Amino acid sequence: MNDSIRPLTSTRLTRWLFHCASPPVFYPLAGRLIPWFWALAALFGIAGLYVSFFVAPTDAVQGEAYRIIFVHVPASWMSMFIYLVMAFWAGVGLVFNTRLSGMMAQALAPTGALMAVLSLWTGSLWGKPMWGTWWVWDARLTSELILAFLYIGFIALQASIDDPRRADKAGAILALVGVVNIPIIYFSVKWWNTLHQGASVSLTKSPSMAQTMLWGMLLMALCFWMYSIAVALMRVRAIILEREAATEWVKHAVE
Amino acid sequence: MNAVWAMARRDLLLALRRKSEVLTALFFFVIVCSLFPLGIGPEPALLRKIAPGVLWVAALLATLLGLPRMFAADHQDGTLEQMALSPSPLGLLVAGKILAHWLVSGLPLVLLAPVLGIQFDLAPDALGVLVLALLLGTPLLSLIGAIGAALTLGVRGGGVLLALLVLPLYVPALIFGAGAVEAHIAGLAFAGHFSLLGAMLAVALFFAPWATTAALRIALES
Repeated sequence: MNDSIRPLTSTRLTRWLFHCASPPVFYPLAGRLIPWFWALAALFGIAGLYVSFFVAPTDAVQGEAYRIIFVHVPASWMSMFIYLVMAFWAGVGLVFNTRLSGMMAQALAPTGALMAVLSLWTGSLWGKPMWGTWWVWDARLTSELILAFLYIGFIALQASIDDPRRADKAGAILALVGVVNIPIIYFSVKWWNTLHQGASVSLTKSPSMAQTMLWGMLLMALCFWMYSIAVALMRVRAIILEREAATEWVKHAVE
Repeated sequence: MNAVWAMARRDLLLALRRKSEVLTALFFFVIVCSLFPLGIGPEPALLRKIAPGVLWVAALLATLLGLPRMFAADHQDGTLEQMALSPSPLGLLVAGKILAHWLVSGLPLVLLAPVLGIQFDLAPDALGVLVLALLLGTPLLSLIGAIGAALTLGVRGGGVLLALLVLPLYVPALIFGAGAVEAHIAGLAFAGHFSLLGAMLAVALFFAPWATTAALRIALES
């Protein structure tokens, strides 16, 4: 009995997904969702900042300055995760030839680049008091830097191609090549670093992290998630309007 | 397989007819390498230490110079469209072009490297490791570069953009290529570096012509 139901539901699901992926449907849908994501971002942000500034204890070794990790760690997570999501949408766009997927990838790239830069920036702010230096050629720092370069390459490639369909596809191939390369780059940098120098500086945190610190970090990570989704949706709406400017429904939507 | 050789032969012939382009990239390699001692100072100990990295970075940049030409001329005069329509798979033809690019702009670097290495006071056995590392690494550079060249085909500001796209992807080759020589100088085993370079080359050999073909088809569509 199950067998007879499954194909039906799956086709209904895919039909519904493809229906939502059409720009005239997605544009108002995203518009309705955006305030919710902003509200959640604010909620998690306030809770996360409260926990990280007032609840989490002062670190025994690192003092107050460690609190930058409540921004730094979520930003690093997001920078890597957004690249994967971007590559996923780019791949979907290549395979199914759906217009919205390419727009989604294009909308995610600036946020991902922002996160990568933010992660590098806060990392060096943390490094100065802890290690006494702004920058160390540590494996994680170096691979984060290269990730930022990959984002910039993706944005630059899309920006320099006028035809949006071609820009989407070219960007998709670059994003997918980048995804294959990210683990290679990460491990090569890691081995390079361990071959070069002893562990003069280790990024590994103390094994036991206070429970409240973890909570603060998780809340901030959720805040960054919601922010990224909200901003990406806003950007994708702008891209939809730009690309579909000639269509009838956009004229009505803008009125 | 005939298609690969035919394509490689044709590109080599074209390169031989226009020698200046090839030689420019080679002299660029030589000049970049010679600039470093001038900028850093002539201490032999320091030069020995930086030699592998400098030679490898110069090799990356010199390979980059030839990349925009890989498909540009064929794209302009319509040959590329004929290639896409031809009965032999475009992927094989692309592999032939990559092979030709390596023979023209990768292999000469490998052969020149020992001469420049002597300038940096490298020991003979270190020179041998350097040549082997470049021999494994430069095909990788051509393969990855071909993807970038195809993506930036006919795009505004193609040359600079190509560097921006391709150089981050060259990082692993640089690390293990220069790392092998450095490990050897430090008296460590370098076989691991060579294995990793070889593994990356094998992966790139399989995927790069395929990705390049996909990128070329996108460029031809519009």
